[in-house]
Amino acid sequence: MSKMSGLGGRLYRGETAVDFIGKRRRWYSISALFVLASIAALALQGLHLGIEFKGGSSFTVNKATATIEQARSAVEATGIPGELIVQEIGSDKVRVQTGALDTVQNNAVQDALAAEFGVSVESIDTQIIGPSWGKEITRKAIYGLVGFLIVVMLYLAMAFEPKMSIAAIAAVVHDVFITVGIYALVGFDVTPATIIGFLTILGYSLYDTVVVFDKVRENTKSITSSSTKTYSQAVNHAVNQTLVRSANTSLIALLPVGSILFVGAGLLGAGTLKDLSLALFIGLAVGTYSSIFIAPPVLAQLREKEPAMQALAKRVNARSGGATPVATSAAVDAVNGRGPRNQPKRKGRK
Amino acid sequence: MSTTNKPVKTAARPGRTLAILGLVLIAMTSLVFIQGAKSVRLGLDLRGGTSVTLQPRIAPGDEGKVTSEAIDQAVSIIRQRVNSLGVAESEVAAQGSGTNRQIVISVPGDTGRRVVELVGQTAELRFRQVLASASGIPAAADAAATPAAGVSADVNAKFAALDCTKPENLQGTGADAPTDTLVACDRAGGTKYILAPAEVLGRQISKASAGLDAQAGSAWFVSLTFNNEGTSAFGALTTRVTSLPEPTNQVAIVLDGLVVSAPRITEAIPSGNAQITGSFTQLEAQDLANVLKYGALPLAFDRGEVQQVSPTLGADQLNAGLLAGALGLGLVMIYSLLYYRGLGIVTVGSLTVAGLLLYLFFLLLGEWIGFTLTLAGIAGAIVAIGVTADSFIIYFERIRDEMREGRTLRTAVETGWVRARRTILVADFVSLIAAALLYFFAVGGVRGFAFTLGLTTLIDLVVVFAFTKPLVGFLSRVKFFNSGHSLSGFSSKSLGTVIAKEA
Repeated sequence: MSKMSGLGGRLYRGETAVDFIGKRRRWYSISALFVLASIAALALQGLHLGIEFKGGSSFTVNKATATIEQARSAVEATGIPGELIVQEIGSDKVRVQTGALDTVQNNAVQDALAAEFGVSVESIDTQIIGPSWGKEITRKAIYGLVGFLIVVMLYLAMAFEPKMSIAAIAAVVHDVFITVGIYALVGFDVTPATIIGFLTILGYSLYDTVVVFDKVRENTKSITSSSTKTYSQAVNHAVNQTLVRSANTSLIALLPVGSILFVGAGLLGAGTLKDLSLALFIGLAVGTYSSIFIAPPVLAQLREKEPAMQALAKRVNARSGGATPVATSAAVDAVNGRGPRNQPKRKGRK
Repeated sequence: MSTTNKPVKTAARPGRTLAILGLVLIAMTSLVFIQGAKSVRLGLDLRGGTSVTLQPRIAPGDEGKVTSEAIDQAVSIIRQRVNSLGVAESEVAAQGSGTNRQIVISVPGDTGRRVVELVGQTAELRFRQVLASASGIPAAADAAATPAAGVSADVNAKFAALDCTKPENLQGTGADAPTDTLVACDRAGGTKYILAPAEVLGRQISKASAGLDAQAGSAWFVSLTFNNEGTSAFGALTTRVTSLPEPTNQVAIVLDGLVVSAPRITEAIPSGNAQITGSFTQLEAQDLANVLKYGALPLAFDRGEVQQVSPTLGADQLNAGLLAGALGLGLVMIYSLLYYRGLGIVTVGSLTVAGLLLYLFFLLLGEWIGFTLTLAGIAGAIVAIGVTADSFIIYFERIRDEMREGRTLRTAVETGWVRARRTILVADFVSLIAAALLYFFAVGGVRGFAFTLGLTTLIDLVVVFAFTKPLVGFLSRVKFFNSGHSLSGFSSKSLGTVIAKEA
């Protein structure tokens, strides 16, 4: 652990530096690959939607001796239309999912299952979803997503800089895409709880990005008044400085989510906890990646287009004689003796 | 190196802030006792029960019909019916806004099928001629003395036995077939009636409103207008009954098996415009007008979702939620102790305070706004452990950064705070936006998640400002920490630097 802390010190001073900005093409390509794979998975396989989106009924019998075959034959005997999905949930439950049924048919299925397994009707956990319910949920989720992106974009543009806001949103959109892609690829069930997970990821992914950008802003506050670092180099330095922090916050965020996933999937077998935490777990991991590898390079690229930043880059290049404008991945800057750990830092102090 | 406890600068007064937080905690705890909140109210998914979500069915062009009055009226009709089940803590509430409003019915316990059937029936407002009336309190002699003519002995016996003082007889059933001769109480329970089959229906009313008679001073009345069909039916009914003896010249307005009002018909009304006068207060007149307007379940509803959770599953889910919470909290605490050593104590303490605050809020909000904790809510709180701990990390890492710049711990605690504060505020604000929007656009269980997520984010801010910061301020004066002990989390080794020996 303390080794890690020591690394934090070296990263902070720039003795050890990973080149996040300069190698952006590499990160972009990796992400582009993932996004393309996600689109392909979505187009070819689509999402595996739960009954909440299609309409239908779900009956869960809580009895250790219940078998899938018993449940299926009992329900088929009622003559209800449509396809049946019968699954074992955990070690002691059997779940039957049907298409959309009316009240009489639902009662018939409950009665059949209760009779087959000798349990009371009330002890069968039942969920009945109307056919228009899914549309309602989907519509609201989309409203929520769009509303969130707009509000956050405006807020970040005010609290930080407009270009930071664009870069942050780009990273979030990237996260949602890849997470949804993973769901399509693996074929996890998408339920309303999954949707909550997706929407929560947005907030989380931004939390990380906000921490990085806050440092970037601090480091670049009066960057044009000196000519020691280009904007990209300053951003890269900020990412390195916050690297330990990002790793820590992400890990700490993943611990509770992992616990929910473990308990939800392991003990309950299925349901809200598992669906929610799975989406969060995947999204958090992707979000951590994007807040380091996607958002800062995008920001640097956007800002480097400004004339002031290009002029700065020219000055910096001229000063360092055109050599190593960007730190390379293996601890470099310290080679020139004292290294760039120097005066401009003091500027931020009040 | 001084270890005196006197504040160096005026800016930092950790003792006072901590004391205020302590007082707030004590005040909240006392409130909990005063309000008599014993335990957190659990949602149906955690204790078993049935919930039904109804969506207004909107035909194209009918969007204007889904008004909040119409929904409120539907809620009160459904509530009456659900209450007839006699299950304590049943709830009927509208959620959402505008045309997105839904009605959520939650009934704890094993009543699943009955609830589903009950809320699915459509209530209709009907006008029935009164055949007999009597005081709502059964008096054997009285009832026997006035057997209504032209009514079967069966109905008469039922009428005699009807006790309108019993609450179960004052709750709508929705089981009044229009062609039946009906025995019913009025809403207040003061009078009972035998009623003829329905002759005019609620949907034949086109308008109803409450008004004030300018000449008579404070006399409120209700005026109603029938459509064509209603005009002729109501005209025929009033023409027939107006000359009959008491009480058969009364027409009862019946909703869901209860008599809302039974005005005496003083003249034949063939015009389709009627006025009901009486000693109404403004409120009574408006209520009656609303019943007439929306009496029939004003909207058609689709069952969006029905969820029936057995108490066994409820208990399983509660346990799983609590276990996941304990596990998540434990892991985060262990990690921060391992990584931040002595400073990890601050994390453990802060999370404990945050947990305590959250528990007190759950108790109080349960009393104040009927907050119930659902499984999604528990998940929200667990996820928030991460958000909360993140803000400590941001602060700790800032302090360490400041020390790497050569500041002493005591200075770094203050300068680091100024910078960390901003980051924490911005990051928490983004979390709050997410929670608010989730809550706003949410359906059913999602709201519980959004609510706890938002609440815990606010608690996080309180804890960071009023507990974590002052506590770190205190610790920075303790020798163990500011001398850079190897277990303090501030040793030069763990910072990866040699601390400048100023101080």
